[in-house]
Amino acid sequence: MPGIEVPKEKWSGKVREVTLGATAAEGGTRARTVTVGGETTLPFLKFEGEIPHPPAIAIEVRDQPPSDWPALLLQAWDGATQDVAEWAKAAEAAGADLVALRFNASEQLSAPYARQVLRRVLSATGLPLVVFGPGQADWDNEVLVAVAEEGKGERLVLGVCEEKNYRTIVAAALAHGHLVDARAPMDVNLSKQLNILIHDMGLPVERIIMDPTTGALGYGIEYGYSVMERLRIAALQGDSMTQLPMLVTPGEEAWRTKEARAAEGVPAAWGDYVKRAINWEVLTASTLIHSGADIVVLRHPESLRRVRAMINALIG
Amino acid sequence: MALTGLQIYKLLPASSTNPEVKAHANCKECGYPTCLAFAMKLAAKQADLSLCPYVEEESKRQLEESAAPPIRLITVAGSAKKLEVGNELVLHRHEKTFYHPPGLFVRVKDTQPDAAQVAKAVADYTVDYVGMSLSLDGVAVEAAGGDFGATVAAVKAACPFPLILMATDPATAEAGLKAAQGTTPLLWAASAENWQAMAQLAAQYKVPLAVLGPNGDLNALADLAEQVKNAGVEDLVLDPGTRDHASSLAAFTQLRRLALRKNERKVGYPLIAFAGDDITLAAQHIAKYAGFIVLDQFDPAMAYPLIVLRANLFTDPQKPIQVLPGVYEINHPGPSDPLMITTNFSITYFSVANEVESSGLPGWLLVADAEGMSVLTAWAAGKFDAERIAKTVKSTGIEQKINHKRLIIPGHVAVLLGEIEEELPGWEINVGPREAVDLPNYLKTRWG
Ligand code: SF4
Repeated sequence: MPGIEVPKEKWSGKVREVTLGATAAEGGTRARTVTVGGETTLPFLKFEGEIPHPPAIAIEVRDQPPSDWPALLLQAWDGATQDVAEWAKAAEAAGADLVALRFNASEQLSAPYARQVLRRVLSATGLPLVVFGPGQADWDNEVLVAVAEEGKGERLVLGVCEEKNYRTIVAAALAHGHLVDARAPMDVNLSKQLNILIHDMGLPVERIIMDPTTGALGYGIEYGYSVMERLRIAALQGDSMTQLPMLVTPGEEAWRTKEARAAEGVPAAWGDYVKRAINWEVLTASTLIHSGADIVVLRHPESLRRVRAMINALIG
Repeated sequence: MALTGLQIYKLLPASSTNPEVKAHANCKECGYPTCLAFAMKLAAKQADLSLCPYVEEESKRQLEESAAPPIRLITVAGSAKKLEVGNELVLHRHEKTFYHPPGLFVRVKDTQPDAAQVAKAVADYTVDYVGMSLSLDGVAVEAAGGDFGATVAAVKAACPFPLILMATDPATAEAGLKAAQGTTPLLWAASAENWQAMAQLAAQYKVPLAVLGPNGDLNALADLAEQVKNAGVEDLVLDPGTRDHASSLAAFTQLRRLALRKNERKVGYPLIAFAGDDITLAAQHIAKYAGFIVLDQFDPAMAYPLIVLRANLFTDPQKPIQVLPGVYEINHPGPSDPLMITTNFSITYFSVANEVESSGLPGWLLVADAEGMSVLTAWAAGKFDAERIAKTVKSTGIEQKINHKRLIIPGHVAVLLGEIEEELPGWEINVGPREAVDLPNYLKTRWG
């Protein structure tokens, strides 16, 4: 009987390699850099293409312990959340590849304050950083411009860079040698369009990471999943403005669901709270990794451990 | 794989090499003016082959085979519930949709004294998700040196769901099949060592049979499946023998591609995966192509997220799940009770409605037509703006049902506050919490 031949896709495209962080030799102060992207096939299909870099895991830390995080999440960091530098150190010790520093929308948030927090985090950890503003376009601009200047040369990822504010954020990235996290609302064309706008301002594509936005498990993850699959297939088919690594924030999405927040007053069928909450973050992340995520931002150290185990198992 | 009109035409009398058959060419007996016209109708599935009395046997066989799905539909059944898997047509859900959600099975061993209790727990487990009542699908009973037949009987009595009988020794397997009579279990598994006897049992007891290949060797698996099929068992399920993430992803992807892209009939069957107690491996198999997933434990904290993931990925992307825009009454509200607004994306609606409902607080929930998008997505896409919100208030007749003019908007669209006030003169607009989970507390402390 003639053998069956395993069908291999002959993709013409390749995801660009993007390097986060800069060591002293490269004009920064990071102990190491992290490179993502470079794939020439769909996630982990090593039988037909290259997967030069495993997906990277970032741990989210805040300048102040956030008031809206469930106790389970804060306790997991064992007091380190009281101080952003301690938190960043704990993230590194837990095995993160990147630290995602995010500023709370609080009264003390100002440009000088943001600079000082950034300094402290840069000296606490040697990992490359992603920095998110408080999530309101005007305020984000103020904070991120200051952060960009303060962290000159560090190849930070500045986020989020969206249609509303991309001009300011891209200008800051251009001026100070950083990258941007280009976020568009779960739509292939909007993602592409934003990448083009950013690129047209002169930012090299090797400094753009795209963030297609996602929903948590149970709250629209299938939309993010399919948008990411379509973006990645477009990239492999040779569409250059989709050939960028993807960053998503499953931690943020998962930990705002009721499943991850409510310890009591929920159906018994939801099972043990701690296990369920962590499973929610783990499955949100693992599913998005299967649809092409190159960087996932997580919150719980146990999720980090388990998502890492999965990535290692897939990379083999 | 479906044939084109021209390919079908080559099989009809007009193209025959047999002069006697060819003599009927374009005889119109099928009701169409020519064989070609009939072929086109057949390709469009608007006519039935039986209308032509002159099709040759070999052509008939080829046409029937081409009409068969590339991945065979397999049915297993318990005493009160059945499961169908297979018949998938795409590799990526956005290409069309995934059709048959994989069955989630929990494994028990015949040496396990509580096997029947676990089976009962599996059967009793249901969980509500966006208005749907969802459950697990069955129990896999493994022969591990205990009394297999008795365990299968006990599990069957405790659980009306389909079973998977895991026994590689034919005599043991038969004891299980006898105990499962009256239901249609999946028999696992025929391997290179036992396939003749297992095929015979599957044929005799009329059950689908899983074929187990050596770890990831797809050629050996395909050949074995072919042998079993030739021995008379058509309902097959394939187990490529992989048990880890990397080799499972490769094998399952390759098998799916072989069936769909290469129309490789030898592997055109649903796949079975064993995920142990690894939730990420089980989740991988939901996304990547399993028809049956066997878990080593029953744990609601694991079952619930897997069931939800399955529901999400098997939602038809062409039909986003929406609720009808309008006024929804929660906990019998009166005229002075709070009025909230959200979008018609069903997940958004259910998150909000469930929170308010379980808080016991009465309220009016307005659902705006945001084209089935969540609050944030709809807002970003301009489908949930001040104008649409005002229109929803005015067009739903809510003003006649309440005696106040206060509207709570989702915290995520706080920026719309001013514009809504302009669109709705005389109204007080309140910015509610961003997440539905914080609504009950908001209503308790801020409304009044
Ligand atoms: S019945 Fe129709 S298809 Fe058959 S030979 Fe006559 S014309 Fe052709």
